[in-house]
Amino acid sequence: MSGLLEFEDVSVTYRTSGGDVPAVRGVSLSVAAGEVVGIAGESGCGKSTLAATILRLQPPSAKVTGRVLFEGEDVQTMRWGDLRALRWAGASMVFQGALHSLNPVQRVGAQIAEPIRLHEESLSDSAVARRVGELLEQVGLPAARARAYPHQLSGGQRQRVMIAMALACGPRLIVADEPTTALDVMVQAQVLGVLRDLVREFDVGLVMISHDLSVLADLCDRIAVMYAGRVVEQGPAGKVFTDPLHPYAAALAASFPHIGDMAARYAPSGLPGDPPDPADLPTGCSFHPRCPKRFGACETTDPQLRSDSAGRAAACLLVEGR
Amino acid sequence: MSATTAAPVSARALARRRRREAWRRGWTTFRSHRAGMIGLTVLTVFVLVALLAPLLAPAEGLEVTKATGGVLEKPSGEFWLGTDDKGRSVLTLLIWGSRISLFVGLMATLISMVIGTIIGITSGYFGGWTGAILFRLTEWFLVIPFLPLAIVMATVLGRSLLNIVIVIGVTSWPGTALLIRSQTLTIRERPYLERARVLGAGSTHQIRRHILPNVMPMVFANTTLTVAIAILTETTLSFLGLGDPTRVSWGTMLDQAFGVGAITTGAWWFIVPPGVCVVLVVLCFTLVGQALEEVLNPRLGERR
Amino acid sequence: MTDTVLEARGLSVTFGSRGGPLARAVDGVDLSVRTGEIVALVGESGSGKTTLARALLGLERPSAGDVLLDGASLDRSARGLRAFRRRVQLVLQDPAGALNPRHTVYESVAEGIRLHRLDSATGRTETDLVAEALSSAGLRPPERLFLRYPHELSGGQRQRVLIAGALAMNPQLLVADEPVSSLDASIRGEILALILHLRDTLGLGVLVVTHDLGLAWNIADRIAVMYLGRVVEAGPTEDVLRDPQHPYTRALLSVVPEIDHMDPVVLTGEVPDPTRIPHGCRFHPRCPALADGSAAAVADACRGTALPILPAGEGHHTACHLVAARQGAAS
Repeated sequence: MSGLLEFEDVSVTYRTSGGDVPAVRGVSLSVAAGEVVGIAGESGCGKSTLAATILRLQPPSAKVTGRVLFEGEDVQTMRWGDLRALRWAGASMVFQGALHSLNPVQRVGAQIAEPIRLHEESLSDSAVARRVGELLEQVGLPAARARAYPHQLSGGQRQRVMIAMALACGPRLIVADEPTTALDVMVQAQVLGVLRDLVREFDVGLVMISHDLSVLADLCDRIAVMYAGRVVEQGPAGKVFTDPLHPYAAALAASFPHIGDMAARYAPSGLPGDPPDPADLPTGCSFHPRCPKRFGACETTDPQLRSDSAGRAAACLLVEGR
Repeated sequence: MSATTAAPVSARALARRRRREAWRRGWTTFRSHRAGMIGLTVLTVFVLVALLAPLLAPAEGLEVTKATGGVLEKPSGEFWLGTDDKGRSVLTLLIWGSRISLFVGLMATLISMVIGTIIGITSGYFGGWTGAILFRLTEWFLVIPFLPLAIVMATVLGRSLLNIVIVIGVTSWPGTALLIRSQTLTIRERPYLERARVLGAGSTHQIRRHILPNVMPMVFANTTLTVAIAILTETTLSFLGLGDPTRVSWGTMLDQAFGVGAITTGAWWFIVPPGVCVVLVVLCFTLVGQALEEVLNPRLGERR
Repeated sequence: MTDTVLEARGLSVTFGSRGGPLARAVDGVDLSVRTGEIVALVGESGSGKTTLARALLGLERPSAGDVLLDGASLDRSARGLRAFRRRVQLVLQDPAGALNPRHTVYESVAEGIRLHRLDSATGRTETDLVAEALSSAGLRPPERLFLRYPHELSGGQRQRVLIAGALAMNPQLLVADEPVSSLDASIRGEILALILHLRDTLGLGVLVVTHDLGLAWNIADRIAVMYLGRVVEAGPTEDVLRDPQHPYTRALLSVVPEIDHMDPVVLTGEVPDPTRIPHGCRFHPRCPALADGSAAAVADACRGTALPILPAGEGHHTACHLVAARQGAAS
């Protein structure tokens, strides 16, 4: 099977003065066209570093091993020209914090038009303007908003403009890194609705990165949960959220309660301790110091990701024993 | 709680150790800054020479009546840098001049820094009319052409060393004040000041505990740059004949050299040494200032 | 122990830009928090919830109405505020910014103790008080953290240091502004558990300002939903979140991810500008009930008749013409 995007045993190591720091450790994952895949995890788990490898945007101090295949071609070894083409039209990114990613002194229409003009030089001005209007309407903004400056827009509207920019050249894959983190629930629902419609309408692949498992469960087909640079659980979104196999995924799922669930009243659930320092990972299973279900072997045996027949996978000794 | 009873002593000792470590870290960063180290070395030499002046060159060498050399003699084995128009050794003048030039530079900077910091913090921290008036005052001093003001003040106050210090100090603070003010304005909006207010802190506490420690690095870095300006100003004023006539500084040396036509007669040894010294000291202070800024600016530090 | 109550009565806060229209950020709110009680103030950005919290802390001057502590109007003199600060403390949203980067943990926690000379007031050493506050905030053993700087701590630890700084004052009430929104999911539960624990052991009252309904469900006894400067629905958390009455509360609840029993009602647009508060019910331009015709019977009232301020006390109250009409018909 060849998907739209495929990570094959990808590892990313940052070389620092204090030695090598592994940020991503052997991740394999695939995304098909029209599929929404969520990557969940805390800050520092390597999810954003992994996403950066898709467009070879990782910093020069990072060493990438394994293969990142976009439509069968390895992004990491691709020629510069091909990479440029990929960045223009193949895949695009939506970052969090839209205020800082937009140029404050340029109208948003002009900013959306920029990649279109560079991509298709033959297009007339009116055709470009029409295209910008269409893009804005696709993300639920009136075409007239093209004349607005970023500061005249609200947070949610700016995030929509970012999505419109990402769509400008008709990409086949969109990577959204915490696109709704700074937004209110209602605006978050609006933005998620826009993303959902895009996937349905244009059959693009979407990689969505978030620390909020409930948001991912809402939008994604599949979820991969990362911890300390590894995928520790992977499977259908609903299953991972409602019936997680790995104790870490369970903790993430429980941290946002079901409203109305009396068991969660006066019982917020969290994990003790902090995520491990990537430069100094615990022995055995890297999650064991925080794991509520750890037993003796966890300190020495590093569990591998094992899949079962139902398309689910988890890296946990408890699951292996099951 | 038995474990905590022993803590006060060790807590304070540990705090001291931490401070020492911070200094050591800062010194390591500074040392890696080559230009800054060169500047610091040269400055140390100048300061040592100024301090040891009585040992290096007897004070009688400054008195015209006891001058041993001829008029504008060329550099020789006896007078390494030649003599001036009154037969005194230029080297002796240079050594003693460094005392006055450095003293004026440092004292004027101290005055300028104190005024600049106080006005900068007050006008930044207190909004309303206090801040507005102080800000206007700063701007007003900033737009007045600096040299004419200094000349007028020097003339009115009279020609003495102390007056030169005052004139320079009082005219060179607005730049510092503006810098400190803008820094204060950003710190004032930090959440930790809000937290301090909710804890019940008054403005004195907020300024002393939160704003001052956060602007001090900038004040220090700025000091070195202001010293350079102050030394140049002292030289300028002295050259213009507004210096203290009873004392030798690099500026008065240049003034004298110019007055006796050292340029036209080709007596370069009277002009070049004080000129070079001024340029060298100013340059070194600037280099040290740049290095200090790197050491003290936490944001630059994080990037490394 | 007698209850201490912090109360807003008809509280309004307006901001004026020079020559521009007045923004009514808080526009008439009754709200109360007592010791031993956790109240969640919920709303979107622009609802005025943070301004209301700041006014309750005496950081904003109300343009109308009053802040009361134990029934007495807040004394705004320097000495009055000082005494008030010891009883009501704040925990800020962004623990990275709320700690002075040049102060050690010890200095940050000791700040309030020094300002109020609590060591001589309680007859204990400063170190003792700092250590105790840090342990109450779950940082044990406290001595190990004394000399750390904020950047050497994790997000969760920083938030605990902030809480310790507030606890060192031995307050009766705590106002927490989005205490977990900048923290990772796994840390969130730990901090919320700490807040619950403090309520249980110290009898603290807590006003939590948040946009997160799940947080309210996790820890709050009562909840007040704010929209455009007013509380539109308030009551016991179970009642409000399991049986929401106001169309706005219903919409907010329906868009919380993974609530499967409700059809998501995604409101269009955002909270309007507080310089132009709509006439009648302030929610009517975005109201889904008015849009789908289910509120047709009261539509005139929605557009033209302002709603009264909800009372602060017990019980489930809703500021909505439709709900009022339904209740009138039922009784």
